[in-house]
Amino acid sequence: MIEKEIVIRNRAGLHTRPAATLVKLAAKYKSEFTIVKDGLEINAKSIIGVMTLAAEQGAKLLLRFDGEDELAASEAIVGLFERGFDETP
Amino acid sequence: MTGTNEITLHGIGAAAGIVIGKIFVYAKHVPHIEEKTITPADVEKEIERLRNAVARSEKELQKILSFAEQKIGNSKAKIFEAQIMILGDAILFDSIYKRIKKELKNAEFIVHGEIAKYQQLMMNSTDEYMRERAHDVEDVKNRIIRNIQEQKLISRFEGGSIVVAQSLTPADTILFSRNEILGYATDMGGVTSHAALLSRSLKIPAVVGLRDVTAHVHTGDMVVLDGYSGVVIVNPTEETMSTYRRRGKEMARFEHRLGELKDLPPQTLDGKLVELSSNIEFSGEIRFAKAQGSHGVGLYRTEGLLIGRDSFPSEEEQYREYKSIAERVFPNRVIMRSFDIGGDKLYAQSYSEENPFLGWRGIRVGLDRPEIFLAQIRAMLRASTKKNLWVMFPMISTLKEVRRAKELVAQAKRELTLGKHPFDEQMKIGVMIEVPSAAVVAGSIAKEVDFLSIGTNDLIQYLLAVDRGNGIVSQLYQEFDPSVIQTIRHVIKEAHKNKIPVSMCGEMAGDPMATLLLLGLGLDEFSVIPYILPEIKKIIRSVTLREAQKIAVKALAFATWEEVKDFLLSHLKRVTPDIPIPSAEAISGVPPQPPPLT
Repeated sequence: MIEKEIVIRNRAGLHTRPAATLVKLAAKYKSEFTIVKDGLEINAKSIIGVMTLAAEQGAKLLLRFDGEDELAASEAIVGLFERGFDETP
Repeated sequence: MTGTNEITLHGIGAAAGIVIGKIFVYAKHVPHIEEKTITPADVEKEIERLRNAVARSEKELQKILSFAEQKIGNSKAKIFEAQIMILGDAILFDSIYKRIKKELKNAEFIVHGEIAKYQQLMMNSTDEYMRERAHDVEDVKNRIIRNIQEQKLISRFEGGSIVVAQSLTPADTILFSRNEILGYATDMGGVTSHAALLSRSLKIPAVVGLRDVTAHVHTGDMVVLDGYSGVVIVNPTEETMSTYRRRGKEMARFEHRLGELKDLPPQTLDGKLVELSSNIEFSGEIRFAKAQGSHGVGLYRTEGLLIGRDSFPSEEEQYREYKSIAERVFPNRVIMRSFDIGGDKLYAQSYSEENPFLGWRGIRVGLDRPEIFLAQIRAMLRASTKKNLWVMFPMISTLKEVRRAKELVAQAKRELTLGKHPFDEQMKIGVMIEVPSAAVVAGSIAKEVDFLSIGTNDLIQYLLAVDRGNGIVSQLYQEFDPSVIQTIRHVIKEAHKNKIPVSMCGEMAGDPMATLLLLGLGLDEFSVIPYILPEIKKIIRSVTLREAQKIAVKALAFATWEEVKDFLLSHLKRVTPDIPIPSAEAISGVPPQPPPLT
């Protein structure tokens, strides 16, 4: 299991479009992917779950990966967060 | 015409334009969900029913999506893509299928229970945008349930209608636009609601936030809808209709020319620069305000944070919201007003009083509940690090209240220093002048604050002792009453004697007829609803300060509001001959008759 803390960088936060990008990327990996925010834990492979997080710019999230390809999954997904979901600011 | 049953309703203009037509009342299909127990043998059939319903829902949404892409472009159509993705959410449906098997309940009952959980979490958010997303989720849920129950959707009706509804989902808004929709009017919603955004993209005039328009109308009624000023007039007289037809044409022509003003400064012909800023309630409005050429925010109403909640948001939640607003407005400045609750505005807790406008409201609540006030001030201070955030207090009636509020600000600063939170030490503090007593002693208040902001809506109603919500006396509410304009002059003079600026954030600041007068009286800042901003800028740019001063001096000499208004109107027509001005009667409608005295 790998856990990473990240801070949302892109201006609009984890709104609909970034949420869709995230879920699509997560689906490529076999590992379970969970996000914890303020005690709320959601399955990050579920779009409705990710939408529920209401994570805005500056919010702190804990990402948890668990499974055979957890290392690859964590690198890809943390990278996506760090690039601000490749959205133009 | 006498005996008219014309009714004028006030809401928020969400998409520009004036239309006149017949109403179609759209009653949303609210699914009826019964809890039914099924046998284990029926489980497969039930799941099959659900799968078919999801497939049909997806087909519907794909149709809406492709239609939306043609009409409003790919990027705006994305909201429907998100709804389609929810239909394909394997995690969500896995748990729905499992629950049907395990609990042996009918599909619609489980779908409702499972999706409503997420909807509720989103509704609890402090973020307006997120609460709007909750409606998207609800829309998907209702779509699935309707398809499980195999009911058809009604989205076609007589062309050329004005659709009236409690609220509209994005899908409704798009689907209806296949019929020739003239306009939209809804009970609920704000400028940032999806229906509002989409109707702007579709260029369909809309008025939202009318509270109870659905209670006043039936399908087939005639209505005038003014998306500029947010007015809906039910059963309009022939005269009202012809006035609005004219205004609609004038506005369309005028709007075309206003676009050119967007990047020009709000400056008079002789070079006097004033501030022209916007009134906002939600962060989502900032983008629109900027697009209208706004140079900052002169009033951010923090009460928007309280809508749909039963407790005050935490300091942390408030901090995040305020910080995001200060950052979005930067490098311009935002004036945030502490909670103005009570009066006609919402309460966070249930409490009623006989005379709320003279009761526990505005700063009175803040000073009596210092823990709430302090949390808000700390949140604002923490969000002030870019030094572009000013704070002001509503409903100040005495200097003592100003001093007490300032003491609490000092206390908040000490607490933040102890907690090692950075903030702007020099954050400017101002007060709203909206109670006559505060206007009278504006000079002594001005000595102890950094700026004043005149709130005309309340100031006028307290000065003239008129409840503008009471139709029988609302005609007495007149912003050009000599008492009102003399009071404004007094406040501006006293502030300037003490070398502090004065802004105005009431509706009067956004009334084109008042612009020359206010400019001449020396008002430093006009804070207006974003829609009207280009029009006000146009007037400011069409006159010299000297001329405006002469107009103000003359206006102050009249004895009645009718004279003041006629005088200002004639000058406005001269200075900006192309500006479209609605007649006062058309705006306020015909007053109801006073009841007989028996």
